[in-house]
Amino acid sequence: MAEREHVQKSAPSKRDTKPVDAPAKSERGEEIKSELDDLLDEIDEVLETNAEEFVKSYIQKGGQ
Amino acid sequence: MAIPKTLGIETEYGISHRGVDEPNPISASSVLISAYLSFSGQQVGTGSSTVNWDFIDESPGMDVRGYAPTGAMAPEIETHLVNAVLTNGARYYVDHAHPELSTPECADALSVVRFDRAAELIAQKSMEATREFLPPGEEIVLYKNNSDGKGNSYGCHENYLVDRATPFGQIVTHCTAHFVTRQIFTGAGKVGSEVAGASADDVSFQITQRADFFEEEVGLETTLKRPIINTRDEPHADARKYRRLHVIVGDANPSQVATFLKVGTTAILLALVEDQALPREILFAAPVAAMREVSTDLTLGQPLEMADGTSATALDIQWELYAACRSYIESHGTDNVGGDVAIDVLNRWESVLGSLESDPMVLAEQIDWVAKYRLLNGYRERHGIGWNDPRLRAMDIQYHDMRPEKSLSARVGLETLVDDAQARAAMSEPPDDTRAYFRGECLRRYASSVVAANWDSMVFDVGSDVLRRVPMMEPMRGTREHMGRLFDECETAAELLRRLGK
Repeated sequence: MAEREHVQKSAPSKRDTKPVDAPAKSERGEEIKSELDDLLDEIDEVLETNAEEFVKSYIQKGGQ
Repeated sequence: MAIPKTLGIETEYGISHRGVDEPNPISASSVLISAYLSFSGQQVGTGSSTVNWDFIDESPGMDVRGYAPTGAMAPEIETHLVNAVLTNGARYYVDHAHPELSTPECADALSVVRFDRAAELIAQKSMEATREFLPPGEEIVLYKNNSDGKGNSYGCHENYLVDRATPFGQIVTHCTAHFVTRQIFTGAGKVGSEVAGASADDVSFQITQRADFFEEEVGLETTLKRPIINTRDEPHADARKYRRLHVIVGDANPSQVATFLKVGTTAILLALVEDQALPREILFAAPVAAMREVSTDLTLGQPLEMADGTSATALDIQWELYAACRSYIESHGTDNVGGDVAIDVLNRWESVLGSLESDPMVLAEQIDWVAKYRLLNGYRERHGIGWNDPRLRAMDIQYHDMRPEKSLSARVGLETLVDDAQARAAMSEPPDDTRAYFRGECLRRYASSVVAANWDSMVFDVGSDVLRRVPMMEPMRGTREHMGRLFDECETAAELLRRLGK
């Protein structure tokens, strides 16, 4: 049981540190959102031209 | 007692032969691999330097439970198809209508990432090399995914060397807890569901490619009624000392961070089980159902029903396993789990769990399902379309396209753990620190004298009356440390065998 208690103590303590990190992570989140807009702006050039046909023809034999 | 965790992964790639009316994936896979062997100077055919796989020791129907249940399907071995051993110690072959690349045996999770990246580069070179052989208008394209979206799945399997003395039931218990819940960072993401009877509206996007395909808790199959814990007992090593745990639940990951965590966390957990250091048994009321519940819960907050009547989320269980692994490493050290790499695994595991808990979207450059979700959801919102729109299904597949100019995963800014120069070297050079070094160096130095090779032996023809078989039953022997000087001193395979025989 001693080990179990250790786990219960240490797991929440990892979580307790989260709010401290949160502001930095949100900023990173904003950055990621604006990068996403740029990515979406240019993505049409590489997407398969006939999505429906492409999806239909992507057939694989089952493997492992 | 924990033993050093030799490990590796094997990936079946999706394959499309474009520009033909009735594509045959088996012949396309053969063309692909032959083209690569030809390109890399390992010509196919007798009397050349291609070294074929040796099947003599293969018995994939062996079951750890000591019997093969009636009606259980032992995997078939297709010996007539292209099947090559590469100079980096890897195996490249046609399996179940897919090209499959197995990494060489590695000694730590970062090494697995390096050789898996090398396998991707080999896959890319293979596609390029086919252009020479195909008529204009035809193209062979590979996808590093696990499903065609129509109910057909193919695998990315992991292998871990474990101590045979460890009771298999303990491996089943603790690995099931991990495999059901690690999906929250190993998942490669998928639009829709392939569970029989599920409607397109039931699941818009789920965390893993594979969860839909698991129907049993424990079993021998890999292609039908897939089990969470696979019981194949084919250690490719001294069977009195070792098992090879064959793990079939994972997704193929374009993300290096995901691959790193997938194999790194599992290796530590297995060492902990071998050393009997787990604090308690985490048992689900219904593990197969729990796999799917975790995969379809993008909130990561759904409680799972446990066997003792309590409930816990996948994140709760991952935090508990993480804490157990952290304290295990603190008390037992890292010698058996890849040295300092294990500390990086723990630190990354902790930070990824923390992010999954606070805001999973910040992992868009680390974790595949998050990267794919963010991209597809962004596209969906911009164009005002539903999740069942074929454009999103197409993007799902194209995330895994191995052509650099077409791959969507190559465009989402995924963090890399190995640079491409290291990975390019690993296309032809074996790892230093496992028996793959012996296999790879023999092929690099004495290819014309090597008749066949497999995981645990090599066969040489040195001009004497009989072929000489060299067994390699210890996965951590035959390393550069053991063999490097001997290789440098032996110009021929005959010389090497003579010195080894002393």
